[in-house]
Amino acid sequence: MAIVIDKSQRWRLVAAHIFLICLCALVIFPLLLVVSISFRPGNFASGSLIPETISLEHWRFALGLPVVNVDGREIIPDLPVLRWLWNSVKVATLSALVAVLLSTTAAYAFARLKFARKSAALTGLMLMQMFPTVLALVAIHAIFSRIGHAFPLFGVDSYWSLVLAYSGGVALFIWVIKGFYETIPPEIEEAATVDGATPWQAFRYVLLPMAVPILMVVFILAFINAVNEYPVASVLLRSQDKLTIAAGMKQFLYAQKYLWGDFAAAAILSSLPISIVFILAQRWMISGLTAGANKG
Amino acid sequence: MRMPKAFKRFLHPALMILLGLVGLYLVTLVYATGESLLACVMLVTLAAFIWIYTSSKTYAYRYLFPGIGAALIFVVFPMLYTVRIGFTNYSSKNLLTFQRATQYLVEETYRAEGATYNSTLHADGSRWRLCLEDADSGAAFITDPITLGPDISLTLKAQPSATPPIGEHMPMRGLIEHQTFLKGLTVLMPNGEQIRMTGLREFAPARMQYTRNKDGSLTNNQDHSVIRPDFKTGFYETAEGEPVDPGFQVDIGWKNYIQIFTDAALREPFWRIFIWTVVFSSLTVVFCTSLGMLLAVLLNWDSLRFKAVYRFLLFLPYAIPGFISILVFKGLFNNNFGEINLILHGLFGIKPTWFSDPFLAKTMILIVNTWLGFPYMMIVSMGLIKAIPNDLYEASAVAGAGPLTNFFRITMPLILKPLTPLLISSFAFNFNNFVLINLLTGGGPDFLNTATPAGTTDILVSYTYRMAFQYSGQQFGLAAAISTVIFLMVAAISLVQIRATKISQDNKR
Repeated sequence: MAIVIDKSQRWRLVAAHIFLICLCALVIFPLLLVVSISFRPGNFASGSLIPETISLEHWRFALGLPVVNVDGREIIPDLPVLRWLWNSVKVATLSALVAVLLSTTAAYAFARLKFARKSAALTGLMLMQMFPTVLALVAIHAIFSRIGHAFPLFGVDSYWSLVLAYSGGVALFIWVIKGFYETIPPEIEEAATVDGATPWQAFRYVLLPMAVPILMVVFILAFINAVNEYPVASVLLRSQDKLTIAAGMKQFLYAQKYLWGDFAAAAILSSLPISIVFILAQRWMISGLTAGANKG
Repeated sequence: MRMPKAFKRFLHPALMILLGLVGLYLVTLVYATGESLLACVMLVTLAAFIWIYTSSKTYAYRYLFPGIGAALIFVVFPMLYTVRIGFTNYSSKNLLTFQRATQYLVEETYRAEGATYNSTLHADGSRWRLCLEDADSGAAFITDPITLGPDISLTLKAQPSATPPIGEHMPMRGLIEHQTFLKGLTVLMPNGEQIRMTGLREFAPARMQYTRNKDGSLTNNQDHSVIRPDFKTGFYETAEGEPVDPGFQVDIGWKNYIQIFTDAALREPFWRIFIWTVVFSSLTVVFCTSLGMLLAVLLNWDSLRFKAVYRFLLFLPYAIPGFISILVFKGLFNNNFGEINLILHGLFGIKPTWFSDPFLAKTMILIVNTWLGFPYMMIVSMGLIKAIPNDLYEASAVAGAGPLTNFFRITMPLILKPLTPLLISSFAFNFNNFVLINLLTGGGPDFLNTATPAGTTDILVSYTYRMAFQYSGQQFGLAAAISTVIFLMVAAISLVQIRATKISQDNKR
């Protein structure tokens, strides 16, 4: 497109740059501030964006190392950030595996097999996904405390209860994988069927190996969803040592016990890996997001 | 792998029978613990499993069963269960099922007349001896060594002992840890008295408080009065109608709903919160969309340089986990030591009270939510703008139109239609944006004079959460009833969304 750049255009470009730079500053400012706060000494310190004295006490706290405070007393951090992170990784890995396992075969049935009420089931799945889990928190709490009476392993305050609760959220993943299967021409499996393969063999040995990339995407999506999930985790997990990072982080900012500096270090420590994975995977995330998911 | 044909033919049925038997065994176990509902769900799941994996007609369902089953059990079932709880009085006062409440009462003991004994536990190898000392006479008694284990009822005999036992005392922590086990102990004294634990370091003669009668009532052994279960209030009641704790869960019909819509102490906050929920989600959508769309237009401008850099930086808020960025803002907005107030104080000499003034709290929530939400709208709009054919803009350039005309006459009308379903889903998402409210303000500043805790920034979901899980009270039944009302609202929004999606898809064709 050939456009003659006139004077007003140039001014508009400058204005646009100024606007964008201001906005970027607004977006980046809180992030830089948190980095700066994590290096300031003390939990109530104010100061410039680049701290005058750099102190590593908050980072030591976040990593669970003993900290010597102003009076010379040694404080052992009582908020186990690393442990919470590890808990999150455990729960998220397990639930992502479960999500992939559950949604792969279901998506196959939706993409390739014929069965009664297929379109109704698909609409049902979409509807299910629209209803937020937050609304059923009371029931989820009641259900898992009841399960706990019979099987303590799956009751309140266990990771397995979280994995089970998250396993219901496969609707979106089924849609994503189904979309991918449909891009693969069915002739390939038909060829296998002609050679005498059962539908299961056609699925297991022909379609599944081709679907590995999308399964990895679903794994990452499910992993990030599980790490970021806060409501169910905060209702189902009780004891300090079992919390996930999402359920535990708010303990830094209680009015009675306000650990702003320690929070800053812990926040960077825990959000950095997740954000990096997210940015690397964003190309696929966005196609998944526009498919109807809107989870922030 | 090759198997003999006969073996192969029998493997599948044998495996199914085995799985079925194991499943039935588990169901029976669960049923025996008194969780009949759970047992029921398990039985249905098991039956569906066996049917689907044995019948040849259900071949396709074999692939669907795991995924759909999980979604039905952990998404649909909790929803139905929420509706169910909405019709009960489930709360901290009526927490137990009827059987458990009865069991609790039947196991209660009262302190009968007789001597009090100070008790200590002494190590004897890996086992423990219970040592009892008469508080008045100082006479000492000791039992045989016992193994501390799970809570079972156990009767021990105590012998007089002249010498104090040598082993180490069990510290207070250990006593608390083994409390349930120790409470199950009955000690038979040489004089025929039966004593039970009455305090962490005290044993005394204790009798069962209640005896079960055939008609379901309980007789109080202390004063011989009778208490009867009342299935309308969910309490055992004395003849005078005095309720006896603990209560149990019963159906109370539409009472929770009637309360929400007629009781002034609940109705008032409910409507205020409802209005704020709608205002909050609409304004969020408006702010995020306008900012996102504006940025999308700018970043699609061919002459603009460094687009990739801007795009990356502006995308960042979306990449940071929500629970972290919300808490970061909670700290930054802090009234006294938050960096935002320090800057405002330095520049203008003001210190807005973000967390105690209702209007400022709402403003803060909208600022934070716009910060969190605009990148999504920006990315989505960018994709949609790319799809607009370039010749439209060329034609308008020939006609001499400026950028504003281009935006309002071409860009916006063309992307607004495909954007509508996403706007509605964003509205629905924010309608239930529990994480933001719960982590940022927790609903505060609170209203005064309400029956349950409610705040000016609470949205409906955070309101029900506080009702169910915060402070005392734990009004699960009432919270579930409100959740059911929200279900209906979300269902209405979803219907609108499905219609909008259909319209935008039809337009594409």
